[in-house]
Amino acid sequence: MGFNFYDFTALTHNIHVGLVEGFSPFMATTLEWVIVGTAYLLFVALFGLLLVYAERKVCAAFQQRLGPMRVGYWGLLQTIADFIKLLMKELIMPRKADRFLYNLAPFIVIIASFLAIAVIPFAPGLQSLDFDIGLFYLTSVSSVGVIGILLAGWSSNNKYSLIGAMRSGAQILSYELSVSLSLLTMIIFAGSMQFSTIVEGQRDGWYLFTGHIPSLVAFIVFLIAGTAETNRGPFDLAEAESELTAGFHTEYSGIKFAFFFLAEYINLFIISAVAATVFLGGWMPLHFGHLEAFNHAMDVIPPLVWFFLKVFGVIFIIMWFKWTFPRLRVDQILTLEWKYLLPINLINILLMALIVLTKFHF
Amino acid sequence: MSEIKEVMINSDRLATDEYLVNMGPQHPSTHGVLRMLVKLEGEKVLNIQPHIGYIHSGIEKMCEAISYPQIIHLTDRMDYLSAHMNNEAVALCVENALQVEVPDRVKYIRTIMDELARLASHQLWWCVMGMDLGALTTFFYGLRDREMILDIFEETCGARLTVNYNLPGGLMFDIHPNFQKRVKDFITYFRTKLPEYDQLLSGNVIFRERTEGIGHLSLSDAIAYGVTGPSGRASGFSNDLRKHQPYSAYPLVKFNEIIDHRCDTLARYEVRMKEMHESLSIIEQLIDNIPEGDYAVKMKSVIKLPEGEFYQRVETARGEFGVYIVSDGKKNPYRVKFRSPGFSNLFALNKMAKGHKIADLVAIMSTLDLVIPDIDR
Repeated sequence: MGFNFYDFTALTHNIHVGLVEGFSPFMATTLEWVIVGTAYLLFVALFGLLLVYAERKVCAAFQQRLGPMRVGYWGLLQTIADFIKLLMKELIMPRKADRFLYNLAPFIVIIASFLAIAVIPFAPGLQSLDFDIGLFYLTSVSSVGVIGILLAGWSSNNKYSLIGAMRSGAQILSYELSVSLSLLTMIIFAGSMQFSTIVEGQRDGWYLFTGHIPSLVAFIVFLIAGTAETNRGPFDLAEAESELTAGFHTEYSGIKFAFFFLAEYINLFIISAVAATVFLGGWMPLHFGHLEAFNHAMDVIPPLVWFFLKVFGVIFIIMWFKWTFPRLRVDQILTLEWKYLLPINLINILLMALIVLTKFHF
Repeated sequence: MSEIKEVMINSDRLATDEYLVNMGPQHPSTHGVLRMLVKLEGEKVLNIQPHIGYIHSGIEKMCEAISYPQIIHLTDRMDYLSAHMNNEAVALCVENALQVEVPDRVKYIRTIMDELARLASHQLWWCVMGMDLGALTTFFYGLRDREMILDIFEETCGARLTVNYNLPGGLMFDIHPNFQKRVKDFITYFRTKLPEYDQLLSGNVIFRERTEGIGHLSLSDAIAYGVTGPSGRASGFSNDLRKHQPYSAYPLVKFNEIIDHRCDTLARYEVRMKEMHESLSIIEQLIDNIPEGDYAVKMKSVIKLPEGEFYQRVETARGEFGVYIVSDGKKNPYRVKFRSPGFSNLFALNKMAKGHKIADLVAIMSTLDLVIPDIDR
């Protein structure tokens, strides 16, 4: 069972074969579920903590301060300490809350994020679900989360929560269009919805560069709409602190609050990972058509590193948005989507279709 | 299930769209313990009913039991961001009643300190304004620069916020030897930082969209509600007491009264931003010319005002601050009334925010620059 840092296909295949040979088919499948599930849980928990730390450090850098410095070296253990604190906190429920929905909401939000993460290709062979409608699946499951947000706002029996949830509902449903349409533009270009095909297709150059103006426009639209989808600033109306205290999760505490918190960061990761995969080539190293020497040099860096470099690049841009821009108003957010992004997107799709038809691309 | 039934039965009651939201006394955007009963229809604000008194400390009543120099220390606690101007108002009122002429040095220093306090107050307002609109980074930019002014205060007055620097007849003590140098350093430093403020917030598209045309307060309304200070001047209401009733060293300096006729949130924002430039220029004109002399005139150990009524108003960072003293000739006043700018400004909020969204309400409230102890006293 050789370990190859450049291609995990052999490793994952060997694990699969080993399991199938050693156990009954039912047991093998169950064990695979457990292994993959645990791996994702671990990844999400650790990466979530890392992202919270990164956000605090990035925010601190923008605000001319140091951020967490006391717990661990350069405050590295701060988020872990915070998480332990959240785990130990009392769970408070408003007296007249709808018990069932109130308890259900955080799980819906976090499950939606988990479902979406399954199709992300981290590196060759490191992807648990790779099927022909991968991108379609991702957009559909990631929009399930809004149900959780709406339920949280509704069941908390708090007006601030309700206003936050309504805002978030209107916002996510609208921006879902832009996310899907900008991805659709790239699907037309790639000719596939399967993640592995999309990544393979960028072997000679990332779609952001090969697809001319339409893919650049689609990338920008996707970044804007993606930021709105994750409820992050400047689109953080749903939890606008200065207006609605904490929006839809005002009444949540302890681990349930942590679920919302974690889900926000997983969604941030998913949006960045999709942007990195569809526009920036995913784990594919930076290649330029005929520069063989350059391409080989780039291949030395392992795909996993490439993937996370790109993801963190996009994450940094989204954090940059949050810490510089003021928040939009609810009507402005809808205006931006329906009057600007949507028409731009539709024209962009036409342009892309024309480019694909005339083969006017690199 | 029973709840659902209840809803079904009362469905016509449910059909009404208006609802009340209790904003405050603990709410992030009220910056203190202001409580507002907001009537909403969806996101639209229909009516705002401010409830005040959560931090009422009875300062006016307390003043009746203490002597005049002691009153000064209480005025710090009202509008803590304009502490120096509040102190000065009482000091000027007592000086005028006793017809004491303070040395020029005192006048100069008072004016410089006034403007420094105004700058510090406007800086804090700018931080919080950005934060209320969701641009959290502004907070740290503003505080970074405000820190320098507070350091100057600390060096000279020994305190950073509630400075207690004035006395009837002069100042508590002379300025620190470093004072002039540090103030000049600050002016050069802040001149380079003010454009940064504009880059970060003023020029931002989202910010302009959020503020332009929002919270219209017409000139007649501003006068009717007594909205003074930068908020009033943004409605075209020329009310700068530094120009109209100059006190201390204000007659000696050249500066512009910033007036804007656009009446909206953006106008109120820009008036304050421009006032910061004016304050810098006022300080610049005075800082090198502080005359030599005493920092206070010798007053009697027990100050007694002649019988009668005395009124003095000054321009604080928030508007017109008035001190009304009724004296019966004893060492403590018979009655003291403070006219605080925040109180009048707050009640124009309903007029301005009606029909706008919740987010606009927060923005409008932010441009009124409310300090709650100033309202409650």
